[in-house]
Amino acid sequence: MKNAVGLLVFSDGSYLQGQGIGYPRTSIGELVFNTSMTGYQEALTDPSYAGQVLVFSYPLIGNYGISPKAFESSKSWVEGVIVSQACEKPQHYDSGTDLNDFLRAQRVPGIAGLDTRALVQKIRVGGVKPVALDIIDEDLVDTHVKRLQKKALGFDYEKENFVARVSRTKIQSYSPMEPKQAVVLVDCGAKQSIVRDLLQRNCRVHVVPYNASASSILKLKPDGVMFSNGPGDPEQLKQTVSACKDLLGKVPVFGICLGHQILGQALGAKTFKLKFGHRGANHAVQDVRTGKIWITSQNHGYAVHQIPAKAEEWLKNCLDGTNEGLLCDKYNAFSVQFHPEANPGPYDANALFDEFLERMS
Amino acid sequence: MPKDKSIQNVLVFGSGPIIIGQSAEFDYSGSQACLALREEGVRVVLVNSNPATIQTDLDMADEVYLEPLTPEIVEKIIEKEKPDAVLPTLSGQTGLNLAVALKSAFKQFNVQVIGTSVETIELAEDREKFRDLMVALGEPVPESHRVKTVDELAAAAKKIGLPVLLRPDYCLGGEGTVFVTDENDLRTKGKYALQMSGTHQVLVEKSVFGKAELEYEVIRDGNDNCITICSMENLDPVGVHTGESIVVAPAQTLSDDDHQKLRSSAIRIVRALAVKGACNIQFALDQETGGYWVIEVNPRASRSSALASKATGYPIARVAAKIALGYTLTEIQNKITGKTAAFEPALDYVVLKIPRWPFDKFGLNELIGTSMKSTGETMAIGKTFEESVCKAVRSLDLKGTDVLSNASYDATEKRLFHLIERLKTERVEHVAEATKINAWFLHKLKNLSATKTGLVDFAALQERKPVFNMVDTCAGEFAAKTPYYYSTLFADHDEAVASAKKKIVILGGGPIRIGQGIEFDYCTVKAIQALREAGFETIVVNNNPETVSTDFDVSDKLYFEPLTVKDVHRIIQTEKPDGVLVQFGGQTALNLAEPLAALGVNVLGTTVENLNRAGDRKQFKELMTRLAIPTVKSAVARSQTEALDVSKTLSFPLLLRPSFVLGGRAMFVVHNLKQLEHRIEESLLISEGKPVIMDEFLEGAVELDVDCLGDGKNCLVAGVMEQVEETGIHSGDSACVLPAQTLSKNVLERVNLFAKRIVTTLEIKGFCNIQMAVKDNEIYVIEVNPRASRTIPFVSKATGLPLAKMAALIQAGELTLDRVPEPKTRLVAVKAPVFPFKRFPLVDPLLNAEMKSTGETMGFGKTFAEAYLKALHAAGQRFGKNVFVDQDKKHAARMKSAFKDAGLTVTNTLEEADFAVSTEEGQENASLRRQCIAEGKTCVTSLFAALRLAEAIKSAPHFELVALSKVHDAQPTQTRTYSKTGE
Repeated sequence: MKNAVGLLVFSDGSYLQGQGIGYPRTSIGELVFNTSMTGYQEALTDPSYAGQVLVFSYPLIGNYGISPKAFESSKSWVEGVIVSQACEKPQHYDSGTDLNDFLRAQRVPGIAGLDTRALVQKIRVGGVKPVALDIIDEDLVDTHVKRLQKKALGFDYEKENFVARVSRTKIQSYSPMEPKQAVVLVDCGAKQSIVRDLLQRNCRVHVVPYNASASSILKLKPDGVMFSNGPGDPEQLKQTVSACKDLLGKVPVFGICLGHQILGQALGAKTFKLKFGHRGANHAVQDVRTGKIWITSQNHGYAVHQIPAKAEEWLKNCLDGTNEGLLCDKYNAFSVQFHPEANPGPYDANALFDEFLERMS
Repeated sequence: MPKDKSIQNVLVFGSGPIIIGQSAEFDYSGSQACLALREEGVRVVLVNSNPATIQTDLDMADEVYLEPLTPEIVEKIIEKEKPDAVLPTLSGQTGLNLAVALKSAFKQFNVQVIGTSVETIELAEDREKFRDLMVALGEPVPESHRVKTVDELAAAAKKIGLPVLLRPDYCLGGEGTVFVTDENDLRTKGKYALQMSGTHQVLVEKSVFGKAELEYEVIRDGNDNCITICSMENLDPVGVHTGESIVVAPAQTLSDDDHQKLRSSAIRIVRALAVKGACNIQFALDQETGGYWVIEVNPRASRSSALASKATGYPIARVAAKIALGYTLTEIQNKITGKTAAFEPALDYVVLKIPRWPFDKFGLNELIGTSMKSTGETMAIGKTFEESVCKAVRSLDLKGTDVLSNASYDATEKRLFHLIERLKTERVEHVAEATKINAWFLHKLKNLSATKTGLVDFAALQERKPVFNMVDTCAGEFAAKTPYYYSTLFADHDEAVASAKKKIVILGGGPIRIGQGIEFDYCTVKAIQALREAGFETIVVNNNPETVSTDFDVSDKLYFEPLTVKDVHRIIQTEKPDGVLVQFGGQTALNLAEPLAALGVNVLGTTVENLNRAGDRKQFKELMTRLAIPTVKSAVARSQTEALDVSKTLSFPLLLRPSFVLGGRAMFVVHNLKQLEHRIEESLLISEGKPVIMDEFLEGAVELDVDCLGDGKNCLVAGVMEQVEETGIHSGDSACVLPAQTLSKNVLERVNLFAKRIVTTLEIKGFCNIQMAVKDNEIYVIEVNPRASRTIPFVSKATGLPLAKMAALIQAGELTLDRVPEPKTRLVAVKAPVFPFKRFPLVDPLLNAEMKSTGETMGFGKTFAEAYLKALHAAGQRFGKNVFVDQDKKHAARMKSAFKDAGLTVTNTLEEADFAVSTEEGQENASLRRQCIAEGKTCVTSLFAALRLAEAIKSAPHFELVALSKVHDAQPTQTRTYSKTGE
């Protein structure tokens, strides 16, 4: 293509065009934004972003390139990337390649040169929305707008089972040098940093598919079970929720993000979709018992509410008051809506892994 | 944690006169603290010797003491005011030093230190204890050893291996810090460092020169909650003081892993120090390995915290003050979003800070390094790094600098321009290797150099029209309530919406430099306050991150933008204000009056035509002749040939003055043709096409500074100040006294008459500052400046008249002067300058027509002697009983006898003396003066000052505390008291 432009089309037919970057293909997803100023690579490889087109509010993306050490999974799961400026000359001792090359290799289309702040505000006011994007010939914009509008109209994020796409299909085990405890990590789209944090604490980690049954999990003789982060509507995960319910009281349980929503449902709570989610590295959550706060890494579009009495509302979001953590002493279970494994984001709550270890011993 | 109810009366320190390393940022943090405390119902007592600060007005604090910030005097204030608590961490190093010195007084008078404790301050300030703490925490620090002698120092340096840094204890702004690469320099530099230290102790530290330098601003509350407000990356690597560095926020070249590593370290340190409030932490980062070192910690509000506040919209000092009262972060509100202050700001733009240096003032092109030499800074906000660079350069308001000659890599004030120039032809890798600047920045600078137009025409190059975006602390995630804007070429959606209210744009003064200091921020803020009180929407344009005027909370709308015609006009097109105020932001703002008026903008106040009648030499002369007011004989020149030619019509000595500049830039007294030939070129360069004024110089005259207000018809002579120093010394460098002390009634009456004649004839609406000289009972008008003068805050405090507020109301059509009485003063007030010579060891501290002082102090007294000595004391001048009088062919004998008469001993050598007087030009005298500066001895450099000093010492006045609220009990202090027009 001579004049390749990146075209972003909304379901109402409105569109934006910028500079096409990454891999030219048609993609459809839910348009969401992240306000973190670092950590684009970790976000792009976080399976929780499956089915989403990600807008970075920070205007300069790609400054420190792409590092082999900063992958949160084997590949990029986003459906598209929107940036204001994609750095062409990154500089970092860890960097192997630049953003554009990475996106191309990952078959992810992207658009640069858009007013990302305006997009953030559009999402803030109107909520997350279905979009389609492609990299096309400048002369054919009108034709493609119509085609892509149809695609956007046909897309329903809530209906898709993204977890099934991103989860491992077989058990994968990791062993530290001196294994002490064994953890089963139920993979709903787990970030590699969760595995890393457990390994660092000398846990043997068995990562199992999202639809593993309680009995198959218990067969692995875990000292504790974790439910991971992941994409999509948590209400779809009936099987995982029921496995979690079966495990309660039998082993200590720890949930992160989607795992928090799974534990919440297992305890009888409900989930609901937030207007535009929490995605960034700057939200504080507060321990309602002590008043202490952590600045947390956040990436979720749904939240837990209608929490039954048997679970304790442990943490709340300081900005909108939504639930950020549950405690259930009766079953020795706890969960958080945010990411104590960081990557990207702050390590303030990383000691939660230590707490999990204590609960297992 | 709820507010501590036992705290009802709090003492807050200011930071004293503006000096290099301690500028307007502490007026900003102190003012924010005052507001934050008072909105909680706490009574605030403020002590600061700097009259040009906003915090020292009685609408900011409940009681103000314009007294020297010495432990003895502050202790007396404590005894008198009996505060429950003291908040020492929002007033720079001055506050910390006072807190440490007053530890036992606090105990004696039962004063609680709120915010960060004195123990924490001592721990962070004591490099050895701090180092031990870091080691205990497992935080990497460069190897270092504390030494007390040159021998110990040499041994330590040998052990660590060169290069090393020598850091004296308890020093400000990197003062005295030296970098040693060569073994031969070790002893001389070591001796110097030991001398600079307050405790004669120096830390010899392994140098991490050339590594990346990063800063984090952290806040911790009493419940051990920690948040980081901002990461900042210095473009200049370690080796250039952060105050001298170009700084970008947020950090640009850190991966998430790098960033979180440093952020976590910063939080661990702040927790271990038990900081309660704000803290700045500096790191060095090896960008080849990812390894880092902790360099320095400042457990207080700082220049960097002011920058971080403006860069993010997060008011660090305000939050720190609330924390000091006992609140936790979650209990404090972020006014921009209406949500909690417990979050970390997210930026969706790039912030760039560039320092402003005074080298032009000293005829130097010095290297910048570990010791601060810049007087101020400017900040720009853009969507790309390149855009922010261009905007920051426009905001610097540089004049007459030939930026591209001799382009070298050395760290000088012009390095940015040199880099852009060299990157036209050189490879980034090569430049990165030579400068240690991260190649990421150099690639961006290369983008700017890739075009012919480069910096100058970046906007035109983009072929785009800028739009305004908002600084909202949250990257658009929440709706912002407080409008704080910047322009960008790289966005489509314009967020600035003009309101339907009556509204006025106020132009600020840009970066602080010698000659254009904090006084203009004072005036700007007072104008905003007055107009807000009068019901106007106020819109501020300014680009100085250190100031109160760029606090988004001060005005209704803030545009953080360069003060150029184009940039300002763009804002006016959007806002469509009823008028623009140009008299408050110094010459920077005033220079925009004519071009803005030409574009059809309603410039309020004195008409552009009349501004020119005052500023244009020919028109000024005609006017004075018409008004029968004597002026000195003068001529103008636009070229060297013309200057030499017209000088024949005048008699030497002559005073050369470029038009339309502030602070006596390139102003010279020349005694003959040869000197004229030599000096005229620089004056012409600075004049930028406008003529240079050549006045016959009145030797030995008394200079007067007359501040007036006009309303178009009436004139109020607010203050006739008498300069202590003789003519030839810039009025900004001279001490002055109000009321005038030596003028006869007749002279004073004529001064008033002339002032009124000028102000009414020019139909001045707003300020008018008139410089006069009196010699042999004859009064000469030297110049008329139809704008706020440097002395407005001083006169306001001395007289109790809120002059800047009044000027703003006059220009807005809300006030006339017909019912305002002439001010009376009960006490004598003296203003004394402070100088940066300690930072410029090569400069002769002899004063002349080029202004060199960075700030000023004020002293009130019953007599001139008391007020003068108090102001000098506050300015750090110390006299003692022994004086050395340097050779002066004409006046030495007179001065010696005056000091003897005052009961002082005149010594034969400088060594025996407590202070010196050295008033004559010449190499030998200059070297004696420089020696005084190096040894920290006071050096009086003018005849008049020496004589007045001897007189004052002789009368041996007793210093009495003066509470500002008691100075003007008979005077109204609020503009409201006056009738409004039409009422």
